[in-house]
Amino acid sequence: MRHIISVLMENEPGALSRVVGLFSQRNFNIETLNVAPTDDPTLSRLTLTTFGSDQVVEQITKQLNKLIDVVKLVDLTEGQHIERELMLVKVRASGAQRAEVKRTVDIFRGNIIDMTPSIYTMQIVGESDKLDGFLQALGGMHILEVVRTGVSGIARGEKTLSL
Amino acid sequence: MNTIEVYKVELLSGGEMIARFLKDEGVEYIYGYPGGAALHIYDALHRQSDVKHVLVRHEQAATHMADGYARATGKPGVVLVTSGPGATNTVTGIATAFMDSIPMVVICGQVMSYLIGEDAFQETDMIGVSRPIVKHSFSVKHPSEIPMILKKAFYIASSGRPGPVVVDIPKDMTMPNEKFEYSYPESVSLRSYTPPAKGHSGQIKKAVDLLLAAKRPMIYAGGGVIMGGGSELLTKLAQQLEYPVTNTLMGLGGYPGTDKQFVGMLGMHGSYEANQAMHHSDLILAIGARFDDRVTNDPDKFCPSAKIIHVDIDPASISKTIRADVPIVGPVIQVLEEMLSLIDDAPARSNKEAINSWWKQINEWRQVHGGRYDTTSEKIKPQAAVEACWRATNGDAFVASDVGQHQMFTAQYYKFAKPYRWINSGGLGTMGFGLPAAMGVKMNFPEETVVCVTGEGSIQMNIQELSTCLQYGLPVKILCLNNGYLGMVRQWQDMNYEGRHSNSYLDSLPEFKTLMDAYRHKYVEIRTKDELDAKMEEAFAMKDQLVFINCYVDPEEHVYPMQVPRGSMRDMFLSKTERT
Repeated sequence: MRHIISVLMENEPGALSRVVGLFSQRNFNIETLNVAPTDDPTLSRLTLTTFGSDQVVEQITKQLNKLIDVVKLVDLTEGQHIERELMLVKVRASGAQRAEVKRTVDIFRGNIIDMTPSIYTMQIVGESDKLDGFLQALGGMHILEVVRTGVSGIARGEKTLSL
Repeated sequence: MNTIEVYKVELLSGGEMIARFLKDEGVEYIYGYPGGAALHIYDALHRQSDVKHVLVRHEQAATHMADGYARATGKPGVVLVTSGPGATNTVTGIATAFMDSIPMVVICGQVMSYLIGEDAFQETDMIGVSRPIVKHSFSVKHPSEIPMILKKAFYIASSGRPGPVVVDIPKDMTMPNEKFEYSYPESVSLRSYTPPAKGHSGQIKKAVDLLLAAKRPMIYAGGGVIMGGGSELLTKLAQQLEYPVTNTLMGLGGYPGTDKQFVGMLGMHGSYEANQAMHHSDLILAIGARFDDRVTNDPDKFCPSAKIIHVDIDPASISKTIRADVPIVGPVIQVLEEMLSLIDDAPARSNKEAINSWWKQINEWRQVHGGRYDTTSEKIKPQAAVEACWRATNGDAFVASDVGQHQMFTAQYYKFAKPYRWINSGGLGTMGFGLPAAMGVKMNFPEETVVCVTGEGSIQMNIQELSTCLQYGLPVKILCLNNGYLGMVRQWQDMNYEGRHSNSYLDSLPEFKTLMDAYRHKYVEIRTKDELDAKMEEAFAMKDQLVFINCYVDPEEHVYPMQVPRGSMRDMFLSKTERT
């Protein structure tokens, strides 16, 4: 099963490599990963998605918690949560294709954020499935580049991951 | 009259802070080897006399010496090395300590901070190299951070589940003429690190209820009991309940090996009765142990009818390989105390009869193998050599072991009555560990008998330390079970490779007598069975001398029992011709 693990950790040099190293060292997989400092500059928030049985994911969270740099973590998929991923896509489009791309972007509530006479660069935000769906919808287009941020997530309601 | 309060502010260089901190932390000995990036620190050490530095001949040995000290005392061992090769030479020792949860602080020099990343002379990314084998590591960015970083390093190394901590210190953090205010940090707190202080009371109650109702209980105790200081309480608990106890390789001595309730070590080379009893038990109290592959054999076939109570300070150890029914995360002392008080308050137990028949069964199992070996052979059996060593030391020595058959024979036949006496590399299985570990113990326990049980293979992996022994006058006794083979490798080749002894024969051994002469140590040779006890006593009588006891043992001997690969706990080979 897919899990989204959100980690609050010290914003220190080496902290990220400890987290990433743990995954290869213990034979856990990482599907996506993103990390950035929070509003408190001494802390970073790292979100990763991974696949594994309950037992494996239990080990992942325990081993992550053991890292001295990790302050707190939560498996967002254990409760109600919101997840988002941002994707930038560059396609070659000319003539009639341009209208079709524009329509597809609108349907997926994305934006065109850059263009040349033959290129559209688009931004789509949503759950990973929606991003996959958009790429499928672009099926016939000549996709030049796809950049995805990986999943970020937050719990619904009053629950927070903070100090 | 106005009084002026005078605050005494001490200004120290980074190098001086390190020396001073170690003194304030109560460190007596550190083990290491100087080199370019560490020279400011070494100069600071030279200008004080509280902290004594022990110069080894190879940095790996420094880590094992610190490790031996840590295993014998429970306190962190301290290592000081230079950057680059000095640091990388500690890797095996750090990994050894990591696998066995041994507290250790390794201070590494580093190139000047402004050179980092430029492939400077003797530059290695030690934080990166050591990352998977440390509990944590620190890199010093400013000299004034040194006292607090070292305090954190000691705290992390020795609290919770202990482990090694690396502190990487660029040379410009220790400049002699750049001085900063020093004060010893009395306390430390880390928002992201709070070791568990107390096991969950509800879970402990549940565990005690299960314990009191068990019909075929087993207490399976590991190294965590010793390192957690819980040996006495565990012994009390076991004796109050009158339940059988088995120890892991790391846990030997955590329960007195001479006691009638002790059924021996468990696992790959565990006793027949320990492995049978584990397999048939209905309740296992696992404490300070981690169900590793050398204990469980095939985890799918592990102890099919047992409920499992697992007490450990590290939550990640619980349900990692074997699912626990009652997980308890907490320090062994606190958990055992709470268990004992619940047992005291419990009404009369109803399982007495079941326990009696359980013991009857266990005593029958004890007759099946009972640690037997061929005593009629003309050759010296390694088991007999270990037993002779036990007699010669009254079973009360610190015994550091190397890795291989001799290690298993020592674990099986040297009955450790006390904790902190059995010093061996269990998790990593590091050949070359024994001699420096024994030296680290001897240095700190000069009045005690310290033996290094080794083989002619292992001893050569850190044999250069004979020189350190000479320099510091470390009269350890080296018992070399010399069979001319890498015995454990040979055993596996006999059993799994039709006796093809690929690279397991050491046919160019040094003349150990000459070697000992070269280092001005003593040498005793044992070639026949009948001289075993007399020669052993002769060797141990030379209290102030390092004695190398070269004991020629039967090269054909195998370690038994031995679990059948991918079987259950009870599936064992009992000799070359018998299996369960």
